[in-house]
Amino acid sequence: MNMSGMTTAITPTPKVAAMNETKVSARDVQVYYGDKHAIRDVNIEIRSRTVTAFIGPSGCGKSTFLRCINRMNDTIASCRVEGNISIDSENIYDPKVDPVQLRAKVGMVFQKPNPFPKSIFENVAYGPRIHGLAAKKSDLDDIVASALQKAGLWNEVKDRLDSPGTGLSGGQQQRLCIARAVAVSPEVILMDEPCSALDPIATAKVEELIHELRENFTIVIVTHSMQQAARVSQRTAMFHLGNLVEENDTDKMFTNPDDQRTQDYIMGRFG
Amino acid sequence: MSVGLIFLVVLVLAAAGYFVGRARALSLSAQSGRKLHSLPSYYGQTVALFIAVPAFFVLIAWLFIQPIVIDSRVNGMVPDSVIPDGGARSLVISDVRRIANGLDAVLSRDAIDESALTDGSIDFSSIRGRLADVGVALVGDVPTEVFEAAKAYRQGAKFGNMMMTVAVLLVAIAFGAWSYTWIRPDMRARNISETFIKALLIASSTVAILTTAGIVGSLVFETINFFKMYPASDFFFSTVWNPQFRGGSDLGIWPLLWGTLYISLIALLVAVPIGLMIAIYLAEYASKAVRSVAKPMIEVLAGIPTIVYGLFALITVGPFLRDYFAQPMGLGSSSSSVLTAGLVMGIMIIPFVSSLSDDIINAVPQSLRDGSYGLGATQSETIKKVILPAALPGVVGAILLAASRAIGETMIVVLGAGAAAKLDLNPFEAMTTVTVKIVSQLTGDTEFASPETLVAFALGLTLFVITLGLNVVALYIVRKYREQYE
Amino acid sequence: MTDVSVFGNVAKDIQTKSILEPDARTRRRNAAEARFRLWGAIAVALGVLALVGLLASIFSNGLSSFRQTYVTLDVFLDPAKLDKDGSRDPASIAKVSTFGYTPLIEKALAEAMAAKGISVDGMNAKAASELISKEAPASLRNHVIANPSEIGETVSFDLLASGRIDGYYKGRVTMESAALDRNTSPEQLQLAERLKEAGILTTRFNWDFFTAPDASDTRPEASGLGVAILGSAYMMLIVLVLSLPLGVAASIYLEEFAPQNRFTDLIEVNIANLAAVPSIVFGILGLAVFINFAGLPQSAPIVGGLVLTLMTLPTIIIATRAALKAVPPSIRDAALGVGASKMQSIFHHVLPLAMPGILTGTIIGLAQALGETAPLLLIGMVAFVREYPAGPPDGFFDPASALPVQVYNWTQRGDPAFVERASGAIIVLLVFLILMNLIAIILRRRFERRW
Repeated sequence: MNMSGMTTAITPTPKVAAMNETKVSARDVQVYYGDKHAIRDVNIEIRSRTVTAFIGPSGCGKSTFLRCINRMNDTIASCRVEGNISIDSENIYDPKVDPVQLRAKVGMVFQKPNPFPKSIFENVAYGPRIHGLAAKKSDLDDIVASALQKAGLWNEVKDRLDSPGTGLSGGQQQRLCIARAVAVSPEVILMDEPCSALDPIATAKVEELIHELRENFTIVIVTHSMQQAARVSQRTAMFHLGNLVEENDTDKMFTNPDDQRTQDYIMGRFG
Repeated sequence: MSVGLIFLVVLVLAAAGYFVGRARALSLSAQSGRKLHSLPSYYGQTVALFIAVPAFFVLIAWLFIQPIVIDSRVNGMVPDSVIPDGGARSLVISDVRRIANGLDAVLSRDAIDESALTDGSIDFSSIRGRLADVGVALVGDVPTEVFEAAKAYRQGAKFGNMMMTVAVLLVAIAFGAWSYTWIRPDMRARNISETFIKALLIASSTVAILTTAGIVGSLVFETINFFKMYPASDFFFSTVWNPQFRGGSDLGIWPLLWGTLYISLIALLVAVPIGLMIAIYLAEYASKAVRSVAKPMIEVLAGIPTIVYGLFALITVGPFLRDYFAQPMGLGSSSSSVLTAGLVMGIMIIPFVSSLSDDIINAVPQSLRDGSYGLGATQSETIKKVILPAALPGVVGAILLAASRAIGETMIVVLGAGAAAKLDLNPFEAMTTVTVKIVSQLTGDTEFASPETLVAFALGLTLFVITLGLNVVALYIVRKYREQYE
Repeated sequence: MTDVSVFGNVAKDIQTKSILEPDARTRRRNAAEARFRLWGAIAVALGVLALVGLLASIFSNGLSSFRQTYVTLDVFLDPAKLDKDGSRDPASIAKVSTFGYTPLIEKALAEAMAAKGISVDGMNAKAASELISKEAPASLRNHVIANPSEIGETVSFDLLASGRIDGYYKGRVTMESAALDRNTSPEQLQLAERLKEAGILTTRFNWDFFTAPDASDTRPEASGLGVAILGSAYMMLIVLVLSLPLGVAASIYLEEFAPQNRFTDLIEVNIANLAAVPSIVFGILGLAVFINFAGLPQSAPIVGGLVLTLMTLPTIIIATRAALKAVPPSIRDAALGVGASKMQSIFHHVLPLAMPGILTGTIIGLAQALGETAPLLLIGMVAFVREYPAGPPDGFFDPASALPVQVYNWTQRGDPAFVERASGAIIVLLVFLILMNLIAIILRRRFERRW
């Protein structure tokens, strides 16, 4: 599965044109936690309908930068973001932007599966409900079913949509969280180490899912596993000490990186 | 000797025992040339503990048992003939006690010799006047038997007191001497005194059990007495509360329970929304500066004694509600009312609800908040649809605890609710509660044999059972809830 | 959204929107957000307002009780009336009742009025003297009995003005209300005004409020908190002496020694439940066990102290256990490692380190106990007590009052002057509570340790 994943990534598909469009672009982004300068001068273009992986040693700022893309850092009082991040050429830090609307466009999946203590159905229906995506109950049913199908969970849960989401296994919970994010039909899905709390079998399923989701969504994934980055992504960005060291096609990055630090990290010399 | 003096003497003995025991251990060790097993002070400590602890136990036990013994003896001396019609034996016995105490005062005031009482030189017929002079007012003449019983009571008390002094000091000295002779260099003094201390620690921790036993015991015992005089079915099912001095009272609990529940309901209607919103606002919205000012101010509300709230209800809230709401709306003219008590009690419970809810809201993991924000929910949507449902069991537990508080609250209702027992819906009417009636039936001259007094114990038992039930359920829910996120 | 059964359409619908312009739904949601937030702010404001209103009500009603109106008169202690046989024997002086002193005061007032040229129409000497408290002859008598040598001299006394006159200077009594009042009259108030101008009548700080005993229904001006403060102090002493060692001992056992078994569970459940039992139930316990069963006297601080001890124990035990738990196990291990016994490691190392936390909990428990009223009502502390209890320990068995009970007591009296007294007593109570809490806070700040 490892190599086949790589192959599909570089095989030209009808979506090639869309793939090369810039979806998210960051210019000179600085992030501070109080006095601490956590992210320095990050410039990156994230392409549409592509999986971009952020790698780097822990504490390098990759998660922090990820959370800037849907302004999740707003919920942390001491955090300050400077510079410009735009999605479809609209600056998301513009004072006119409502983070609530932004987050409908940029969904997020977290490190630890965090289903709400509600039924499976309610977990997925939550987003469509708050954003008013369904006019009728039947619409909502369709959206939930569709999202669960996209998350590859439908067959496992279709008979027990009313049972609590917290009763699922860890991998199922994480796919439920992905279904929850997908149900809002965002354009970008951010994933913060989505497999770090999962066992290898569950991880494989989630990776397969990411691969399928790429057809419809722009995906940014933070991962601590280089193998995972190589398996699921087309583009890889390497962070180190708050700096973006290198950003490149994934196969180039893992075979012939431009930067010595990337080379060292991939070779396991630090991290 | 007075109890205080005995106490001091035992303490002094214990202190002396400490030094003597320590010295003996040191000298024995020096004589025999053997090393002491423990530090010298442990030998002293052992002796001191052996002197003080058994002596204090004897003292406390004696203080409890002596009155029972004397009462039963005096009881035997009072023939049925002197008990007035419709009166109770216990009343006569309490007269005996009062006369006995009054005699002490008479003797010391008029400088009469002790022997005058026994040799009859004191004029018996004047005794009532003399007792009245020292503040012991008696209704009617004192029958000779009662006076004799009072004298016996005095004698018994004096004798008992003397015996107690002797017994306590004897126990102290005997145990002290025994432990003293026990001292040898190889005695494991530290282990002995530590075992002793551990036993004391265990004994201290049983005070909680004894207290509960005391509460349950006294409530149940007197309630059974009450139900012997007044049918339980009337108490539990009658809707009339109308105590009479001369018997024939109606003592139905329903009007009182209704008042209690009505007032508690209003209190909860005030406290739960406000307390919950305060907790939410302070936990999720307030800036640091606002929180650092508002939070302690709300907590101060919890530290204010209930009598202060009662006075607030009486002098401010009650008249305000009467003048601006009840009278203009033609709903009543009483300043004490269900609404007055309910509102003020609500204020009292606000900090209780808010601090419990605060804990509970903070126990909801951040990951759930992140999950909701990540989907584009606003803060209030997150609170209403994710945090509160997740925290619901805990909040329900907090509300039950608050309800138990409200039901057991006394001073606010005593001063704010009124004393009229009725089943009414108008919140501007004065009504009364279980706690108010406990106070009114048990204060003033209490006559222990009448159902009008004993009903207070049945009311107390009802109150205890209700609040205990609420607490147990609430604590169970809260604990389950905590486990969910641990 | 017309035919949205296909998921993709919905997605498209959202995707085409710019995030720079909030749509109608987002605006609605943000408005709901603002409303919710406003409700929260209103709730906080209501909570703060309740506190402010409560304190304002108490202080506005009660502060005036710290001031009192006095009439300063030079009273001639007439030997012909006070000591007819001239023996200066206290016993015979004591035979003159307070009625014997009333004329002396009347005369002194008349003389003072004459000297200053004060007269008010329709006020003869007797009517004028009614603006002096009925308590005044009694305090004069007490002074003479204590100082018989002053008989025959003219002595300057500060005599209490009656409650109505005092109320006039505190805004409670007005000329209009006086016209309808049987206990005073507008003329009397005019006279008081004239006396004030002449410097005979003054309003000043009321020390007696803190030292005097309670007074009867008709003499609110003479009532004070002396007995109540002393009674409360006795009870606090008993609570401290009993509950601190008992609570600490129980906590040490439960936290350090107790095995996990049913007995320990039983104790723990008991403590948790006792903390939530209504206070009045403790009053019933006190009445049934300490008074009826053990035969301890009614209204005595010892009974109140015992009941409050039982009520305070759970608080102290919970605080002490938390403090013990906060001491890291490494301290215990270190002591055990150098060969100390478990008992030694606890008493020499753990307990001293936990002491600030224990004391803080104890003070907070005492503060709760100080304000507790309901159980004390049941054990007879509402009784009208004018005699100071003797010194401890015998005084523990004498009748006394307590601060919160005195407040309750005064609220049950008819004269509105007692509302002022009750509020004043609350202020005193609150000052004590604030002091105790301050000490607790300072202790916590000063000795707080972060491991």
